[in-house]
Formats: sequence, structure tokens, C-alpha cells
Amino acid sequence: MIELRNVHKKFGRHVVLDGVDFTVADGETVALLGPSGTGKSVLLKHIIGLMRPDVGEVVVDGESVPQLSRQALAALRGRIGYAFQTGALFDSMTVYENIRLGITDDACYRDRDFCHGRVAECLRLVNLSDDVGKLMPAELSGGMRKRVGIARAIAGRPKYLLYDEPTSGLDPVNADAMDALIERLQKELHATSVVVSHDVRGSFRVADRIALLHNGRIRAVGTAEEFMAAKDNVVREFLERDMQFAAEG
Amino acid sequence: MDQLTTTSELPIPVNAARAVARPFLSSLENVGRFGMMLWELVRALPEWRAWVPRTVEQCQQVGFGSLLIVVLTSAFAGGVTSFQAGYQFTGSIPLYLLGAVIAESIILELGPVMTGLLLAGRIGARYAAELGTMRVTEQIDALESLGRNPASHLLLPRVLAGLVMLPALVVVSDATGMLSGFLAAKQSIHITYAEFAYGTQRFFRTFDLWYSVIKAEAFGAVVTLIPCYVGFEAQEGAEGVGRATTTAVVTSCVLILLLDLLLAKLLL
Repeated sequence: MIELRNVHKKFGRHVVLDGVDFTVADGETVALLGPSGTGKSVLLKHIIGLMRPDVGEVVVDGESVPQLSRQALAALRGRIGYAFQTGALFDSMTVYENIRLGITDDACYRDRDFCHGRVAECLRLVNLSDDVGKLMPAELSGGMRKRVGIARAIAGRPKYLLYDEPTSGLDPVNADAMDALIERLQKELHATSVVVSHDVRGSFRVADRIALLHNGRIRAVGTAEEFMAAKDNVVREFLERDMQFAAEG
Repeated sequence: MDQLTTTSELPIPVNAARAVARPFLSSLENVGRFGMMLWELVRALPEWRAWVPRTVEQCQQVGFGSLLIVVLTSAFAGGVTSFQAGYQFTGSIPLYLLGAVIAESIILELGPVMTGLLLAGRIGARYAAELGTMRVTEQIDALESLGRNPASHLLLPRVLAGLVMLPALVVVSDATGMLSGFLAAKQSIHITYAEFAYGTQRFFRTFDLWYSVIKAEAFGAVVTLIPCYVGFEAQEGAEGVGRATTTAVVTSCVLILLLDLLLAKLLL
């Protein structure tokens, strides 16, 4: 279970998170929505301990993330897969080596046969062929980079999966394929997931619950149906803006 | 409504104090962060499975990659030293002294300093740019998110490679500089090998070689630690990486010259 309690974070004078309360139950997929620059990625980085809150608590599996020792934090990160917005692939390594690095268990990481099998399996899960393993990240398209990033995130069989804007920068066809991929991974891996996005329709498709981050706080949380029926002005405005973009697109 | 006081409305002494304090505090912060990085490097030592193979890789890149340029510049430096000393010595001072002048100039000063400055440009710029790019493209965050330690995977191999390879390159530089110095002297003032060797041995002390290696070790630390720190802390996209690269090279060069002075004062 992931819990954020009254989390505050500011950079200089710029307040990004202003008392966020956010919970994700085991096995659940929650989409975190909000316009660009509202701190969705910052919130995600708190969960995996890449950032520490100024005030508040971040608890994963009953452990307070900011207070974990170095070893305990590394162990926790072994249970969390993080798919970065741009893939964040190591550009000096092949795709194979990138995905292999996602195998967080040291004994498995050193077992070459296991790694070959696991990397091939992860590539298959994200709909990429084995041959892609030989390529360098610079030879991949934006969509492929995101897929490889996801393959790396799932290579360690994580309990939690965090997706940072998985469909941003993709054309509608590829964005749709990415949503389908996330949906399929949820079914096959049964991981507890947080999907950060500004794409409403995609989020409705993949998530059990939706949360809207607005002005540094969680403004609304609920199922897709509850969200659509919400009377809150900010929620309505956000949904209408998305519909408008979709109509223009 | 809240009243917001802008900086321009503050009394002049307060603004002046801020202007003085800000760079001072920023320097202090950098010293603290640099110290933390050194501590992280020490803590990463037990993770040898991560850093040993990467150190070998970095050693190849630093050592073999820099060999040609080091040999080339040392050969030129030895030749120029020889020509200039020969020009001044001819007819007034015994020729064998040229051997001593060339050997001491190369071993004590030119070999280590030139190699240090070369590597500050070649390796320092590369490390800062590599790590800076990794920082701004979230590759370092990605490494951490996989439970890996950036100190053992990225920093320690680079620093160790510098500490191992720079002294080796300086020894090569010393040997090349002396050889080219001799060949240039033979060509220009027709000194014999016996005269050159006599002059070299006459004033040579074993400590000179140690001094050269100690300097190389110190410069090796500078040209790796500074770029690693600056690159690792880089921010703000391509501009930040550019700034980090420039800072790394300039700071490393200045520190090499400062250390050169300090070590000469302390050890000679």
C-alpha cells in the first residue's frame, strides 16, 4: 500500500505540493491527473524516495520512505518499477543491458541465462521483438524508448509500478497502444500502479480510480463514473478542457 | 492583502550583506556537497562488483584514449625545451648540462603539468558532460530508482581510473619528453648520447620521479573529482550541462596550477 500524508514540497519559494493526502491500495491502479507543472512527477518521485518531503509522510508497505536506511531504500526500490517520461535509458548501453539493469536481485542479475530469458520476456510483454535488444537507445523512436523504459521497470518483477506520463509526446494511435499495453500489464503482472498523466480518456481506460492534483493538493478522487459526475468546478473545467483538446485534435 | 517586500525596497546595508553572503554561502554549500560526494565514494568501496568492471572500462578510455595525444604533446614539449636550452647554452655552458635541464624540466614540471592540463580538457570535459547529461535526462534518477548506487556505478570508476592512469601517462610523458629532448639536442647542437646521459644522471635524484608521480596523483584526483562533482550536480538542461563542462575544465586547470605551486613549495 502507498500512502502520502500531508506532504509538502517547495523549490525555493515555489510551492509544488501543499498538503497532499493520497492512498493507493494493494492491487489497485490509480491515475493521477493534472495539468503540466502541477507536481505530478514530483509526487511520484517522493514515492520511490528520489525526493524527500519538506513536511509530511510517505509510507510504502508500512515503511516511512524518507527515514529508510540506504540498504532498506535500495531494497524498497527493488520492489518498485519506475517508467520515466522520456524512458531515461542509459545511452551508453544497449537496450538489452538497460533492461538487464532492471533485474534488481543481484544473484539473478549475475545469472546470464536467467537474464537472457527475462529480458526476452520483458521485451515480449511490451510488444517488442528480441532483435531490439541489440540496438542502442539512440536508434529507437520515442514510443519504443518508452516501451523499453517500461520493460526495464518490470524486469525486476516489481510489486509497484509507477508510470510517469506514459502517453505524452505520442501520436493518438501510439498513445492508444500504450494505454492498451498498461492495461495488459496490469492484468498479467497484478502490480499496484500509479499512472501520472494529463490524458483523461487514457486514464479512465487504465485506472480503477482517478485523482486530480490541483494547486498542490488532491482536489478530487474517485472512479471514472464519479469523476464524470463530479460537480466540482475545477474537475469540470479540467474535463471540459480535455474534451475540447480531443475535439480539436 | 499580504504586503510583499521586494529586494529593491530593503535598506542598502541589508542588500549589501545579502550580496556578500550569497556567494559565500553558496561556496560553503558546494564544499559541503563535495565532502558528501567524497564520503559517498568511500561508502561505495565495498560494492566492488559494481565498480571493478566499470573501472577497467574507464581505465581503457582514459589511458589508451589519451596515450597518443600525451605522447605527441610530450614529444613537442621535450623538443622545444631542448631547442631553447640549446640555443641559450651553446658556446657558454658545458653541453652535458643540457641533459640535466631537459630531464629535470620534463620530470619535475612539464610531464605532470602538461598531462594534467591535457586530461582536464579531455577527460574532465567528458566526465562533466556525460554526468551532466545523465543528470538532466534523468538517467541518474533512473539508476537510483533501480536500487543502484550512482557512486559505485558512475563516480568511483571514473575517479579510480584517473588516479590509476594519470601517473602511468605521466611516466610515459616523462620518457617521451626526454627522448625527444635528446633527439632534438642531437640534431641541433650535436650532443652525444654519453654527454646527455652524463648530464641527466649527474643531477638526477630518485625523489624527482616520486615527485612527478605524486603530482600526477594529485592532478588525477583534481581532473576526476571536480568534473564528477560538477557534472553530477548539473541542472537546467543543455545550458546547465554546458555550464558544468566549462566550470569543470576551468576549475580543474586552475586547481592543477595551484597544486603545482603548493607541491613545489611543500616537497622540494
